[in-house]
Amino acid sequence: MIERLRRNSELSLILLGAVITGGAYTLASLGTTASIPANIGPFLGIIVALFLAAHLAVRRLAAGADGMLLPLAGLLNGVGYVFIARLDKDLAGLQALWTAVGIGAFILTLAMVRRPRDLERYRYTFLVVGIVLLMLPLVPGVGRVINGARIWVSFGPINFQPGEFAKIALAVFFAAYLVEKRELLAMATWPRFRPVLPDPKHLGPVLLAWGLSLVVMTAEKDLGSSLLFFALFMVLLWVATEKAAYLVVGAGLFGAGSYFAWSTFSHVQDRVTFWLDPWSDAADKGFQPIQGWYALSWGGIGGTGLGLGTPTRIPEVKNDFIFAAIGEELGLFGGTAVLIAFLLMVGAGLRIATRADSNFDKLLATGLTALLGIQTFIIIAGVTRLLPLTGVTLPFVSYGGSSLVANYVLLALLMRISHETSRRERAREVERDRVAVPA
Amino acid sequence: MNRQIRRLGVALLLCFTALFAQLNYIQVVRSEKLNDDPRNSRKVVATFSRPRGTIVSADGAVLARSTASRDQFKYQREYPERDLFAHVTGYLNFNFGATGLEATYGDELAGRAAEIDLATMSDLFVDRERVGNVAITIRKDVQEVARTALGNRAGSVVALDPKTGAILAFWSTPSYDPNALAAHDKSAGAAKTMLEASPGKPLLPKAYRETFFPGSTFKVVTASVGLESGKVGPDQPAYPAATNYDIDFTDNELDNFGGDSCGGPLPEILQVSCNSGFAAMSADTVGAPAMVAGAEKFGFNSRPPIDLPAAAISRFPTEFPQNQGNGPIARAGIGQGDVSATPLQMALVAAGVANNGTIMAPHLLDQITDERGRVVTSYAPRAWRTPLNPQNAAVMRGAMIGVVAEGTATRLAIPGFEVGGKTGTAQLGTTPPRSHAWIIGFAGPPGDAKVAVAVIVEGQPGASEQTGGRVAAPIAQAVMAKILTTRPGG
Repeated sequence: MIERLRRNSELSLILLGAVITGGAYTLASLGTTASIPANIGPFLGIIVALFLAAHLAVRRLAAGADGMLLPLAGLLNGVGYVFIARLDKDLAGLQALWTAVGIGAFILTLAMVRRPRDLERYRYTFLVVGIVLLMLPLVPGVGRVINGARIWVSFGPINFQPGEFAKIALAVFFAAYLVEKRELLAMATWPRFRPVLPDPKHLGPVLLAWGLSLVVMTAEKDLGSSLLFFALFMVLLWVATEKAAYLVVGAGLFGAGSYFAWSTFSHVQDRVTFWLDPWSDAADKGFQPIQGWYALSWGGIGGTGLGLGTPTRIPEVKNDFIFAAIGEELGLFGGTAVLIAFLLMVGAGLRIATRADSNFDKLLATGLTALLGIQTFIIIAGVTRLLPLTGVTLPFVSYGGSSLVANYVLLALLMRISHETSRRERAREVERDRVAVPA
Repeated sequence: MNRQIRRLGVALLLCFTALFAQLNYIQVVRSEKLNDDPRNSRKVVATFSRPRGTIVSADGAVLARSTASRDQFKYQREYPERDLFAHVTGYLNFNFGATGLEATYGDELAGRAAEIDLATMSDLFVDRERVGNVAITIRKDVQEVARTALGNRAGSVVALDPKTGAILAFWSTPSYDPNALAAHDKSAGAAKTMLEASPGKPLLPKAYRETFFPGSTFKVVTASVGLESGKVGPDQPAYPAATNYDIDFTDNELDNFGGDSCGGPLPEILQVSCNSGFAAMSADTVGAPAMVAGAEKFGFNSRPPIDLPAAAISRFPTEFPQNQGNGPIARAGIGQGDVSATPLQMALVAAGVANNGTIMAPHLLDQITDERGRVVTSYAPRAWRTPLNPQNAAVMRGAMIGVVAEGTATRLAIPGFEVGGKTGTAQLGTTPPRSHAWIIGFAGPPGDAKVAVAVIVEGQPGASEQTGGRVAAPIAQAVMAKILTTRPGG
């Protein structure tokens, strides 16, 4: 019953999202070229076909999963695509291809991971995979530096950012490991004469994984991912152990780490300087944040209208700064709508986490949702200058294959956990009914 | 664990709320400032890529309009009257920005001003091509008279309605053709470079952006300040007849024009423009502190509130050190020394006298209509300064009428109208003698001045007090006569 309800609302929301995307695509084309796009029919057909495929896969493979996540992801993906097509026609085709690959990965993940518990078993495999993926860009020959960050890997014609996948692998490892050791980690047993910390034997592997990832990312000059990993780790440790003290310690570590990074790396210093006062070098280092502000401010409350702004003046507008383009052309209204869409996804993810009845499911859902929510916050806060700018993508919206595919995998895992929870609930109900009938 | 997860949810909600607050700050609170930032070219490009309203003269001539163009900007700005209104409308150029009314009313012309943009809430969602059309107070035929009367002599003409402050003529020679500067291609830069290098500063609207010695026209201010101080009346004191005024610490005395001997009460010394009398009034009768305060009440040392960008401030010195004796204040009293004034300022002096002692804020805007012809803004006259009470203003009017009747400004007379005036000859040098010829005045039916005027003709040969009356008065007379005789009901 609940399954059919969820799937039917999912289907109608997907169709609604497709209509919104198709409308936005038409408006953007009217705005830039004053003509209705010739391919609007096939365009709408492809969107509907892609998400219908994902929807049917969910019906077959995870019928009890939350019905809001997929339509929200589709809407954000659609809006992102409209902006990418409007900003750079050549990239639109690639982004469409990546969307298809992402949906494929989504279906594949649902098909392969039939139970979240399957992931728990391979925790150390995920640790190794995560670390290998992270270090891949540092390997000579395959690693490539783009825009100052060594986070890319090239195999022939294919470029991707393995870090996007590493974050999921490490989230799985952290969740599985912390579930196993949560009680041990919640107890202070060390040093023996005056215990203030958990046994280093248990804390060790986690610290190792975390420290290594930080070091690797520092070497790759990827500040945004460092921040993201750190936040993920602290959140999971806190939720698993229920000890708020970890957050305090984490904040202290974060402060120390930030100071160290600031005093050691000139690019970190630049980021902070031009976060506090971009106007001091408006033509060069402060150029990007200032252009982002100009774009947002020009959009005002209602926006310039799709295709009618000039967001192409912002460097990297299709990746990190896509939110500024949305804010310019759709205004405060559109920007807020995007924020709300993310907030709804975070809400759905955390609801899945609270309702899950296995601790691993709970922690994994929390970790995946935290990744999505914190990454969104980091990049939008960077674009709006609430925080220093650290380059990460806006999930589902920014251009980029790795990010898109990884986020669809993340989405599939969340929905798998959601389905698992509702399946067990139903099994318990059936059990209760069976016991109740004779009485 | 669920409690922590819920707290995480609250924390993320707070983070997103902070983002929402920051978006409001950028897109609403700071928006206007960011859009106006000179480094932000979005507004300029947007201004160029959208239709822009017309600027129209009081008698319906189109002074500026936008026509479709085929280049990167969709519209080309045109100025059909060419040089005639260049100093009023200014020009609009992508690289140099806007000047004149194009700058002052840029938002209104582009339909971006709040009154035009958001007449109703539904306008937020309806994309109509909003523009504002600006109607100004100057008539094309009056402006043409000013241009013809001045001919190719360098100078300026400012005429305004003393009761409302509405500018009626605003002309400076030399002028320029704004069409050359509004071109979208590189020719605009070349034209600008050439105009900047040409003699006489054609790009500079001297009528309100250049200051000159006001010479004897300033005696109207000195006389007014004397009356307001209560120490000078229409009949006394009578200043003793003299050929010069004795300056402290020097034998270089302040001479009367041509070494004439003159003196008497206020109307008499104004009629013949008696230097020795006004020097004594300024330095001895009124004194420096009251002179400074009085001149500032006329608008000196402040920016006149005209609706054009960067109006120049007319100056009256504020420091008169004891150890320099009576020389500086005596010279200032006759419009020399460190006194300097724009033609606009001197027209406002005449307007204040004509309007019972109140100077109205000068303005060019008549009204703004939107693209459907609805009036969105209508200029409401407002007072700027009140340097004279009505009784003293009446005394000054009588004295200035006397100057036209039988003094230095007889050429200002217009048959059938009551005309008052004051000439000025601001000496620039003695070999050969050259001076700025000035006239200020007012005219209208008796007791009802309809127009106040100031005219300067720069660098004229000769240095006698007759220069102003001979050279500048006929120009002012022609402009005022045109305004009075062709005005409906005038």
